Amino acid sequence: MPLAAAAVDHRDNIIEVSHASFSYGAREILSDVSLAVHRGDYLGIVGGNGAGKTTLLRITLGLLKPSSGAVRLFGQDISAFRQWFRIGYVPQKATSFDENFPATVEEVVLMGRFARRGLLRRLGRQDRAQAELALERVGLLPQRGRLIGDLSGGQQQRVFIARALAGEPEVLFLDEPTVGVEQAVKDEFYRLLRRLNEELRLTVVLVTHDIERMAHQAMHVACVDRTLFFHESLDDYFRKTHAEIHPHERRGQEA
Amino acid sequence: MLALFHYGFVLRGFEAGIIVALVAPLIGTFLVLRRYSLIADTLAHVSLAGIALGLLLGFNPILAALAVTVLASLGIESLRLTRRVYGESALALFLSGSLALATILLSLGRGFNTSLFNYLFGSIVTVTRGDVLTISVLAVIVAAAVAFLYKELVYITFDEESARVSGLPTRAINVILILLSALTITLSIPIIGVLLIAALIVVPVVAALQLRRSFAATIAYAEAISLFSVVCGMLASFYLNLSTGGTIVLIMLAVFLLLLLATSRRRGSTQA
Repeated sequence: MPLAAAAVDHRDNIIEVSHASFSYGAREILSDVSLAVHRGDYLGIVGGNGAGKTTLLRITLGLLKPSSGAVRLFGQDISAFRQWFRIGYVPQKATSFDENFPATVEEVVLMGRFARRGLLRRLGRQDRAQAELALERVGLLPQRGRLIGDLSGGQQQRVFIARALAGEPEVLFLDEPTVGVEQAVKDEFYRLLRRLNEELRLTVVLVTHDIERMAHQAMHVACVDRTLFFHESLDDYFRKTHAEIHPHERRGQEA
Repeated sequence: MLALFHYGFVLRGFEAGIIVALVAPLIGTFLVLRRYSLIADTLAHVSLAGIALGLLLGFNPILAALAVTVLASLGIESLRLTRRVYGESALALFLSGSLALATILLSLGRGFNTSLFNYLFGSIVTVTRGDVLTISVLAVIVAAAVAFLYKELVYITFDEESARVSGLPTRAINVILILLSALTITLSIPIIGVLLIAALIVVPVVAALQLRRSFAATIAYAEAISLFSVVCGMLASFYLNLSTGGTIVLIMLAVFLLLLLATSRRRGSTQA
């Protein structure tokens, strides 16, 4: 890890969440959460079911409006932010979409180019080239003509990564990407993320309850349980909180 | 067979039928894959209230139906967005409400007459020159809108959340899709009739989905199935003196069944 940590630019906060709170009616999901993501970082956001980690991610991406607090993306307030192509997103849906949806792997990956190309513009040769490159990076170029529903779970997940990569993003957000996927596939998946972080200097923000699998991959860990406990390194995280977190994690793995 | 086309009304009917056959699956693909199939049926019933209003007041019934359907489609979408009612319940409210309104309006106009029967079940005899013109204009609008917004519509249909994160104005595009549905339904009324429009929008798409092809190919197959069924249906209904809408829908369902059987045998054998 120290090797990769050298690539992080701590002066460049590409994502900043400050004092964000969120409530559903009277129930407070998040309380006064502040979080900064540096360029080149690989941040794991962990927490048990209902701890608010997905809510935090949705606030950061503008899918939910915080009850109070602010979000800045690449130095701009989220309400004024328009350069969405700088953000790649792999939704939870990556493991639970309509298997009968009539779209080829290539058609799905090309969706990742839409934000770059802009509204009403047709895709061109450059978009196809980037989609191919992204498919090559995740090792699925030979499958590009197949229907997404015909691939294995692990392959489908990599298609969604390729879709996010096709837009040439600077930061990649992943929401519980390994739910319902076999262990061996998970390990390979985390290795892929690590490689993207190191080779492409892609900033990675991963929301997961799967702390043990992620353990030797992420550089920083933020633990959400209604509010945020930020940890400088993974060792730090394990030293301080492994004992309390362990029950959550066991429950998560059985599910 | 060519003698058939010497009759002006037959020619107009075929013109309108072919236009409808090409436009309906275009919108239908997006509606079916978004689980919005029922919106077609709801808007069709809403259009009946518009037709009744038009007949009662002496307006062009198709234009009256267009106005009422567009208003209702916006109403359905905003009711859905308030989250005060479930999506399907919003549809049920509009379906029953507009049917109730239609029956009242029709009883005011002293009941069901022949032209209403034609609007309910469709008939190539109903199609006037003015209808063909209206249908053509609407069809061009729908086709152009789908062509311009194709990639956005595909993205939202597949994964609305990611589409939002990529900065697409998903709410505006959803409104456009429902408006296009309203247009498509209105333009299909004279051919297939209010009661069977949903079939025209849904069945060719469901049939094409059995082939498991790419998104673009699925639209193309749905178009082909729709065109084939509408042309065969109109010919058969003319020669055998059957209801046009009913004949078209039964042919479509037959195509769907054939594809279902053919592909399930293929899939079964590859799995074995």
